[in-house]
Amino acid sequence: MKAAVIVFPGSNCDRDCKVAIERSTGAEVSMVWHQETELPDGVDLIVLPGGFSYGDYLRCGAMAALSPVMADVKAAAERGVATVGICNGFQILCEAGMLPGALLRNDHLKYNCKPVALEVSNAQTRFTAGYAGRREVAMTVGNGEGNFFADAATLDRLEGEGQVVFRYLANPNGSARDIAGIVNGAGNVLGLMPHPDRAFEPELGSADGAILFQSALASA
Amino acid sequence: MKAVVHVFLKPGVLDVQGKAVEQALHGLGWPAVGHVRVGRTIEFDLAAGDAAAAEAEVKAMCEKLLANTVIESYRVEVA
Repeated sequence: MKAAVIVFPGSNCDRDCKVAIERSTGAEVSMVWHQETELPDGVDLIVLPGGFSYGDYLRCGAMAALSPVMADVKAAAERGVATVGICNGFQILCEAGMLPGALLRNDHLKYNCKPVALEVSNAQTRFTAGYAGRREVAMTVGNGEGNFFADAATLDRLEGEGQVVFRYLANPNGSARDIAGIVNGAGNVLGLMPHPDRAFEPELGSADGAILFQSALASA
Repeated sequence: MKAVVHVFLKPGVLDVQGKAVEQALHGLGWPAVGHVRVGRTIEFDLAAGDAAAAEAEVKAMCEKLLANTVIESYRVEVA
């Protein structure tokens, strides 16, 4: 199994993601600099990590979405490769048009950094199958702009199509309909604000994030 | 030509920054202030044949990069 973690200037969870994937799944993880134009051959999982790519210039994720590597990330995602954007990675997927909606400033204007309880709203996705019907999982959030927004029609469609994957049990930031994570229509691109990469072994307070990486690779 | 782009959150999108600034203005003694919106202005030079062509190009830039039309609206001035 092979995974790639994309490294943008300003990414700061890239190494966390590498360690989290290696320890949870044993996969071989390549770090791919954003200026690369091709992903390594045979990648089964692509992760866009958290951080502050390009210093959040213009809008969070806006510049990273235009990085050279993103053309191949999009092509791989269109071929069905499992792609996960965590935190800033979620913002990048939205800015790149790979997921609907956008992430706004938290409604209380503060940076949120705390453990969050999440409902697994769709346990049938390739990313959540490993939770084996568990309704509640624990991760942490760390963001200033994690307030998911989309127009009502898009939210209705996301809910109707089972594309809402995780919801906050206690909404920490004003996210529309308590949404913490969504998948695309094809089900192979996941974006979430909570960090599975900071919850992959019990010493971190939760190992629930490990199951997400295991599921993503088990389905590859 | 000089292009100026104004980008604001759309009316239906909660502008928490605007709200915070509004509260601060109230606190400073301007209670009459309402509906504060905080946006961004981007200006640049552009070589273009005429104003209409320039405006069309700048709008394309807004759609592709300068604004996120899921949450933001924009206004273009070309002179």
